[in-house]
Amino acid sequence: MTVKTPRRSLLLAGAALAGGALVLSGCSASDGGGGESDTSTLTVWLDANRAEALGDVISDFEEENDVTVDVVQKDFPAIAGDFTQQAPTGKGPDVVIAPHDALGQLVTNGIVEPITLENPDDFQEVAIQAVSYEGQVYGVPVSIENVALIRNTDLDPNAHATFDELVSAGQALVGQNGVEYPVIIQAGDNNLGDPYHLYPIQTSFGAPVFGTDAEGAYNPEDLQMDNEGGKAFAAKLAEWGASGVLNPSLTGDIAIESFVGGKSPYMITGPWNLERIKEAGFGYSIEAIPSAGGQPSQPFVGVQGFFVSSYSENALLANKFVVDYMGSEEVQTAIFESGGRAPALKTAFEAAQSDPDAAAFGEVGANGAPQPSIPAMSVVWEDWGVTEGAIIDGSAGDPAAAWAAMAEGIRGKIAAG
Amino acid sequence: MTTNVGAPANMTPAPPPSPVSGSPRAGSGGVRSLLVKITLLGLLDAVVVYALFVLVMAENWVWFALAAVALLAINWIYLSRRKLPGKYLTPGLIFLLLFQVFVVLYSGYIAFTNYGDGHNGTKEAAISAIVEKSLVRVEDSPAYAVTVVEQLGEFSLLVTDPDGVVSLGGNERPLEEVDDAELEGDRAVSVPGYTSLSLGDLLDNQRAITELSVPLTDDPNDGALRTADGSTAFLFRSTLVYDEGADTFLDTESGAVYSDNGEGEYATADGEALTPGWTINVGFENFARAFGDEDIRGPLVGVILWTFAFAGLSVLTTFALGLFLAIVFNHERMRGKKIYRVLMILPYAFPGFLSALVWAGMLNPSFGFVNQVLLGGAEINWLSDPVLAKISILLVNLWLGFPYMFLVCTGALQAIPSDVLEAATVDGARPWNVFRLIKLPLLMVSLAPLLISSFAFNFNNFNLIYMLTNGGPRDIDAPVNVGATDILITLVYKVAFGTSTGRDYGLASAFAILIFFVVATVSIIGFRRTKALEDIN
Repeated sequence: MTVKTPRRSLLLAGAALAGGALVLSGCSASDGGGGESDTSTLTVWLDANRAEALGDVISDFEEENDVTVDVVQKDFPAIAGDFTQQAPTGKGPDVVIAPHDALGQLVTNGIVEPITLENPDDFQEVAIQAVSYEGQVYGVPVSIENVALIRNTDLDPNAHATFDELVSAGQALVGQNGVEYPVIIQAGDNNLGDPYHLYPIQTSFGAPVFGTDAEGAYNPEDLQMDNEGGKAFAAKLAEWGASGVLNPSLTGDIAIESFVGGKSPYMITGPWNLERIKEAGFGYSIEAIPSAGGQPSQPFVGVQGFFVSSYSENALLANKFVVDYMGSEEVQTAIFESGGRAPALKTAFEAAQSDPDAAAFGEVGANGAPQPSIPAMSVVWEDWGVTEGAIIDGSAGDPAAAWAAMAEGIRGKIAAG
Repeated sequence: MTTNVGAPANMTPAPPPSPVSGSPRAGSGGVRSLLVKITLLGLLDAVVVYALFVLVMAENWVWFALAAVALLAINWIYLSRRKLPGKYLTPGLIFLLLFQVFVVLYSGYIAFTNYGDGHNGTKEAAISAIVEKSLVRVEDSPAYAVTVVEQLGEFSLLVTDPDGVVSLGGNERPLEEVDDAELEGDRAVSVPGYTSLSLGDLLDNQRAITELSVPLTDDPNDGALRTADGSTAFLFRSTLVYDEGADTFLDTESGAVYSDNGEGEYATADGEALTPGWTINVGFENFARAFGDEDIRGPLVGVILWTFAFAGLSVLTTFALGLFLAIVFNHERMRGKKIYRVLMILPYAFPGFLSALVWAGMLNPSFGFVNQVLLGGAEINWLSDPVLAKISILLVNLWLGFPYMFLVCTGALQAIPSDVLEAATVDGARPWNVFRLIKLPLLMVSLAPLLISSFAFNFNNFNLIYMLTNGGPRDIDAPVNVGATDILITLVYKVAFGTSTGRDYGLASAFAILIFFVVATVSIIGFRRTKALEDIN
């Protein structure tokens, strides 16, 4: 209103333009703001893979509810972090897809809202456990992923009962047909170990990260890594490091490159590398990772789920989208078909069994352990990887002592919060 | 800096004659420029007035006042017949305020808060999140079919329970049975005196409807019905009750009382806190932590020393190599100079972070180009041995940085008048002495400021460290996540966005401010020193 300095009719043109701009800026500003005036636009953050898989479902949703869904494509690993930062500013999305292990952090920051599933039993138990935190269900799980052993059946037609047998079979093959490594387990960059890929072996020694309470929730005060089994695992790491079974230079890229190049009969990896392996053209079999320490080997199971922002102004629409649509068999199957990861909904999972690869990964995952989503878990990764790397390359000295020191350090950090 | 010497003639505002300067006495050209001016100003005013409305709606009075004052000032400056310098300066000033001053002040403000994981919203948001979190769906509670109805602007739920009994209730109004509801199938869809909400109405009032909590009976411990989709409700019971008057939470199961402990969270007397908390001002606590917290102070000293060593050595090595090559390629008897010069610039032409990534691959102990090809299959752990990692970083940075030094040295060398050098040679000076006593001092006059800015750049050379080693290798005995090659800025990154200890933007901002003071001090001292050099001219 302060602009009213009328000077002849010349100003009329300016005023008209200004009015036009006002309208225009009004439109554009309300798009991103998600303010009260704009309740028919739902902002959803998806990764490229799922954005593609959900295209049809989203247009159905738009039509049936007469709303607009604004899909923002994001890099999957960046979603949880960006969401944490943006939600409190009011500019965040209404719905996000995120890995379940970020859930603890999202709840601690108060940015996701519990949701109500009419029948949680329709989903795989491990999936519901994964999207629950402190007794509340926060998301609709869509897909499950885990690692398994992939065997190049052209190089070794026989399955093995124990990891030691597998290693010696692999060692016997080294030198023939271009085989260079008895087994491939990827490592992190710069001599870091890769605790995620080594976890099934660690659990086969009876040394999970955390103990669980009666309801199956992880207890951050009960770190179990350094029990007797853990020490035996550490000694084994040192032994395998010295004999070249574990190679800290095999980063993720080099590992899959070597495996598809036929340089090893076995690799521990997940469904994300399946396409590459199929392209390589050799026969393969997906099976449980043989136990190294006598107990069952349990890989981490990662679950991806849809979560509703507690800052969403469209809570009702967001809930409808997440619960009614993302939990439907159609969506779960569509996502499975685009990513090859097993669906979390039981009926869709059954249907996915017709795909032998998905069935095989699913079977291994059914015996897995959900990757902990408690915030204390984030303290664990770094020290865990560094210590495994140092034990494998021999720079850690006594493996049992290094392992125990690591566990002590982690306990201290968890206690310090 | 020296390029400005010729500029002032253009900078002083030329007096009236120019037709585009908007002089009021101008003819037809003046009308057109006036039209352009009014149009632009009108557009700006429209946008800002809209922003003012938004700010009023958001009750953000400080920003409203600032925006209003800015709008008035801009109109006053551009509608006035004088204020010529102001007309030139205003756009730049606005951008300076927005993109420099505001950012600096905002980081400063963050440094004095506890903004980070668990404290990243307002107190109101924290309270509602805690309430939401503590609402637990009663196990085995059936699904109630509901219809949202409205009377005099107040929403109620028309509930058909699983036994077919229809009742009505709202916020803090327990369910009461109604008998005149209209049924559709076995679900009540409307009731006289109330308007049933259409889907559009539902969507327009989502917050209010999802926050509706209808007590089952007078006793709050029986729980309340809540709906997430406007058509089905479930029974919820809360374990935490917020008392607005006392500003406390009561745990109905254990009887524990959580009160605001002044640190941005609700906690019991023995320190058990509820999450989430909220952002508050913590004064100098973050700065005190940077120096006082044993876990941070220990590695901090090592990191600071390495940061200086890294920045200093990077400048020295790149400058030495760049200067050497510049002198060699500046020699008149050198053949194929152009080709060499182009090759020399290549490392500078690639994006630095990409080069660092490629180098990380080339330095892989068993598969890297360096060990495999150059060293004939040696297994040298370039990036996982603390000393070798530091050397690798300096070498890679030398590769990345010498082309820049080569460029500026070549330029500066060519600017040295050849008669000065000839005179020295005639006087019988040996080449080394010509370089040491004449070329180098003359070069330093123009290069010293560039060396200082290069130091400041390397001091914060996040790309290289992050992409090449990510700060590693880490000492497995060290209590905190700080590696042998971490410099201050990567340490800040790990504190701010690190996965290992949670995010702490407040502490990271405090570090950033400390880094600013270090760089500013070094730069000021450096520039003072270079002034002395200018006497040589």
